[in-house]
Amino acid sequence: MKKTNYSAERQKYLLGKKKNKIFIISCRILILIAILSLWEILATLNVIDAFITSSPSKIITTAKKLFAENNLTYHMSITLYETFMGFMISAIFGYLIALLLWWSENLRNVLEPYIVVLNSLPKIALGPIIIVWFGAGIKSIIFMTIIIGIIVSIITMLNGFIATDNNKILLLKTMGASKFQILNKLVIPSSVKTFISMLKINVGLSWIGSIMGEYLVSKAGLGYLIVYGGQVFKLDLVMTATVILCFMATVMYLIVAFIEKKISKS
Amino acid sequence: MKDVLKFKNVSLTYQTANDEIKAIDDLSFSVKDGEFVSIIGPSGCGKSTILSLIAGLISPTKGTIEKSNDDVGYMLQKDELFGWRTVIKNVYLPLEIKKINDKEKKEYADHLLNKYGLKKFINSYPNELSGGMRQRVALIRTLVFNPSLLLLDEPFSALDYQTRLSVCDDVYKIIKEEKKTAILVTHDISEAISMSDKIIILSKRPCSVKNVIYTHLDGDTPFFKRESKNFTVYFNKIWNELTYEKN
Ligand SMILES: Nc1ncnc2c1ncn2[C@@H]1O[C@H](COP(=O)(O)OP(=O)(O)OP(=O)(O)O)[C@@H](O)[C@H]1O
Ligand SMILES: [Mg+2]
Repeated sequence: MKKTNYSAERQKYLLGKKKNKIFIISCRILILIAILSLWEILATLNVIDAFITSSPSKIITTAKKLFAENNLTYHMSITLYETFMGFMISAIFGYLIALLLWWSENLRNVLEPYIVVLNSLPKIALGPIIIVWFGAGIKSIIFMTIIIGIIVSIITMLNGFIATDNNKILLLKTMGASKFQILNKLVIPSSVKTFISMLKINVGLSWIGSIMGEYLVSKAGLGYLIVYGGQVFKLDLVMTATVILCFMATVMYLIVAFIEKKISKS
Repeated sequence: MKDVLKFKNVSLTYQTANDEIKAIDDLSFSVKDGEFVSIIGPSGCGKSTILSLIAGLISPTKGTIEKSNDDVGYMLQKDELFGWRTVIKNVYLPLEIKKINDKEKKEYADHLLNKYGLKKFINSYPNELSGGMRQRVALIRTLVFNPSLLLLDEPFSALDYQTRLSVCDDVYKIIKEEKKTAILVTHDISEAISMSDKIIILSKRPCSVKNVIYTHLDGDTPFFKRESKNFTVYFNKIWNELTYEKN
């Protein structure tokens, strides 16, 4: 039901809003261009040392070169795979475990101290153990990603489930609802917002997990390129990998934001 | 007329981690078929507990409750409509829960929505409705599986005064037209007098029946009953009972 015949004031208001939006977006683009050109100019004028800081043009050249050698897509896909697997597994299992903990208050109380400890433990400390257990490869990295993401997923979702309105639960009980029906008709649909924020948090954590994992053990991936580039002082490589990482993380975030829009509309 | 509900010397004690709370002490009353009964009493005296007992959500510690029919519809203080469901889906909720899938019940729901002016809104979401409309939807949701007994726990207290008066009238009309027995819990003396045939006044916690008042007022809607000349007489009587209680 979209209205088309707006009043004059409304048209003016909408136009104003649109103009403001264009202004904001232009500012954002301008800032990016300003930073990039300043960086490039300072590097060409040798005000800053391009060997250490690299420069936008060098990043593009490096990216092109890597791309031509077919290396870039390889490293990108490795990191993407690790991140995606970590993300999916910790989101799915985090959700399911949270459901289980909601279902059984006893289980929740029993496991509470374990969750608290696991949550406060810096996961990187487990690095050596993980490498010994899973070998120096992708498996370790995915595992690292999972343990970083899953605890937060569980805690976030569980809080969302527990926050279900008690009066609405009472209402369903007066209708004779079973616990499963309460879960299905109320707890799950009313926690959709929490689910989305869990996904958003998880996207960020998965990138942290996979890159941290690659720092520790990898032979390939963007994190590997960054570490390798740092060790051999190829700052162009480090910067290129970082920029691509930024790009990929943004795309993944946008996908989640898109899902959010889809869900909150229906 | 026959009793559809009978409390016989019912007591209820809540057990909590720190304490036991006696909410109801030796409570007896009965409700006849088609009667509109209000329960009024000091806050925290155990009114909602009585409704939970009737609905079978908890069982009495002592005494017995006789019900002629297990089907009760419960309406809470707030409408508790599910924001992610359209009006019609909210109304169908009890049917889903009871796994009833017959056409008749759904048609009855549609019929009620039409009859009480919500036809245009069946595909709207609750946040597009006014408070009064939401409360009407909540009532229809309660009526949809045709319960013989309605329990109303301060269903109007979340509404502003003006809406409240008109929703009162609406709900009264719906309940009378659909020929339901109803038990209304309220804090509002005027509301109790204007809506009910019988008012049960409770003592403070642990509650038992302090007095029962039968009202006879002119006028056929709560709004007009408020203007009836006996209204103030009843009001003062109940007011005194409740105030005397507090001292
Ligand atoms: N589940 C429960 N566990 C323990 N105590 C409870 C529970 N439910 C209610 N109570 C206590 O029992 C007493 C009666 O509660 P109830 O809700 O029935 O009162 P009420 O008359 O409906 O109050 P109000 O006027 O505030 O709606 C209160 O003291 C309350 O704290
Ligand atoms: Mg109450």
